Amino acid sequence: MSTTATTIDLEAVPARKTGARAALRKLLRDRAAAASAVTILLFVLAAACAPWLTGITGQDPYAYHVDLLDGSGVPLGFGGGVSATHWFGVEPLTGRDLFSIVVYGARTSLLIGVAATAVSVVIGVVVGITTGFVGGWYDRIASRGVDVLFGFPVLVFLIALTTIAPSWLPRPLFIVLIIGLFGWPGISRIVRAQVLVLRERSFVAASTAMGAPARHVMAAHVLPNVSATIIVVSTILVPGMIGVEAALSFLGVGVVPPTPSWGRTLGDAIGWVQTDPLYLVFPGLALFIITLAFNVFGDGLRDALDPRGGRR
Amino acid sequence: MRMLRFAGVRVLGAIVVLLLITVLTYAVFYLLPANPAQLSCGRPCTPENLRRAAEFMGTDLPWWQQLLEFLRGIVLGRDFGSGAAAVHCAAPCFGYSFQQNASVTELILSRFPVTASIAIGAAVLWLVTGVAGGVASGMRPGSVVDRGVMMVSIAGVSAPVYLVGLLAILLFGFVLRWLPTGGYIPFATDPVQWFAHLLLPWCTLAFTTAAVYARLTRGQMIETLGEDYIRTARAKGLRESRVVVRHGLRNAILPVVTVFGLDLGTLLGGTVIVERVFSMQGLGALLVTGVSVVDLQLVVGFTLFSAFLIIVSNVVIDVVNGVVDPRAKATA
Repeated sequence: MSTTATTIDLEAVPARKTGARAALRKLLRDRAAAASAVTILLFVLAAACAPWLTGITGQDPYAYHVDLLDGSGVPLGFGGGVSATHWFGVEPLTGRDLFSIVVYGARTSLLIGVAATAVSVVIGVVVGITTGFVGGWYDRIASRGVDVLFGFPVLVFLIALTTIAPSWLPRPLFIVLIIGLFGWPGISRIVRAQVLVLRERSFVAASTAMGAPARHVMAAHVLPNVSATIIVVSTILVPGMIGVEAALSFLGVGVVPPTPSWGRTLGDAIGWVQTDPLYLVFPGLALFIITLAFNVFGDGLRDALDPRGGRR
Repeated sequence: MRMLRFAGVRVLGAIVVLLLITVLTYAVFYLLPANPAQLSCGRPCTPENLRRAAEFMGTDLPWWQQLLEFLRGIVLGRDFGSGAAAVHCAAPCFGYSFQQNASVTELILSRFPVTASIAIGAAVLWLVTGVAGGVASGMRPGSVVDRGVMMVSIAGVSAPVYLVGLLAILLFGFVLRWLPTGGYIPFATDPVQWFAHLLLPWCTLAFTTAAVYARLTRGQMIETLGEDYIRTARAKGLRESRVVVRHGLRNAILPVVTVFGLDLGTLLGGTVIVERVFSMQGLGALLVTGVSVVDLQLVVGFTLFSAFLIIVSNVVIDVVNGVVDPRAKATA
């Protein structure tokens, strides 16, 4: 009799695979997610080492090379002027090195994307946890606000807001703030739903019953239990933020020249689609690949952290 | 009777929300900047224009009086300026663009057909293709069809609208020469050309959004097809197509409708980008021009108009949803 009991126990314990290490192992086994992680790392590395990378050929994203263009501003030579010194060719009209623009553009995109995500995650988590935990009128009003923001023409508001950008604030910082301020309702909703469930769990109830202040219960018991969700949602949010920055810059209301930005380069490329298609392809591919990598990695992360396991 | 009450509560709630948004937007655009008249008078800003702008906007009045004037304008219309220079702005007045010498409402109405043509066509296309793709892959999860649809859809989710649009122009416009590369022809002028000019914008916008709907529909279909009543329907000997469409899709589609309501805002943002890519003079172009010449009245009026449009459409979708699905009322 007792032997059966022990075997059940022994089997039950190793069968439970949770925690960060198990999730990581699961994530590494997911080939698409691992490849995406490598891609993201490569982009981050390229962005961090931009001066050295462009230094190999002695280029930078600001110097004009008008001698490489023909009379109408189209780059001379094959594929938009691709050569040993200009790996991605040069920009039409100015002759600036396109490889440098793409590499330095990665800095702009990643920094703004990650910073705006951070702003959104902080607001979203605070609102989500407090509304879910406190409930009542506060929850009703805040949740209604979230509902309204959710279906909002956000891009229209962001475009409009750029008219009142204060001159004392650096433009990229302003973009980060406005994108971040409009991007949090999604996280807030997901976190709130989880907190509603957590609130009823016995360890949370016990902590409250023992007289812990609400602030302590939220920080020590609720927050750690929604951290996995927060990580997944943040990962999926980054490409969205990068996309919004690129969209604003594409429309000419985002990051201002001469700061390199993939979105602005794509906006400039509209006039050169026929004469210099590769001018559009290089920054476009960079934007597409980094977005895809974050999306696939986020998907893999969700599967790895989901205790039910496996793809559904 | 219950239906009326449900609709009434929704409409009242929407009015409160609209009022709040108006006040907030007004505060952000007219009270935060040190000198809204300066901003509104545009570039280059001559002293003459500045004086006119300040007089027009009545910036000498206390802020709450300015706000009341603004709200009154939306409901009843208002007059800007005084004497010979006065202009009337008919209700609903969202402001008056000094730079274009027209009321914001008139400007919006003149551009509306372009944007509506893009948006409605794209929405139909993305709903049809997205739901069809989702059903096809949700019927047999893990199959070749499923994997194919899911791969295309994650690419669609990740591809920026403007990149897809520009590549489409390159391929179908310049290389194959099948379709025009941009511009807009009104339906009344030439329906065939109207269609030809809109086909690429529709496909561009639909490709990037249909992906989301395919993934959503797939998840819903897998869940619905696992229900007991589906097994019952099959056990009765019903044809598979009937089981999938009548019993499966009909239940799986409700969340899709809800998400569609939430995506109307995204749709409007998407048309702004598509108009730029295909050089069409719609609402998006109006907004972007307004921003680049700092036409504050136009920008604020446009922003409010778009918020109104989205919230009103959401109320309509909510009420329709309430009629179609009695459960939706319970959660309201």
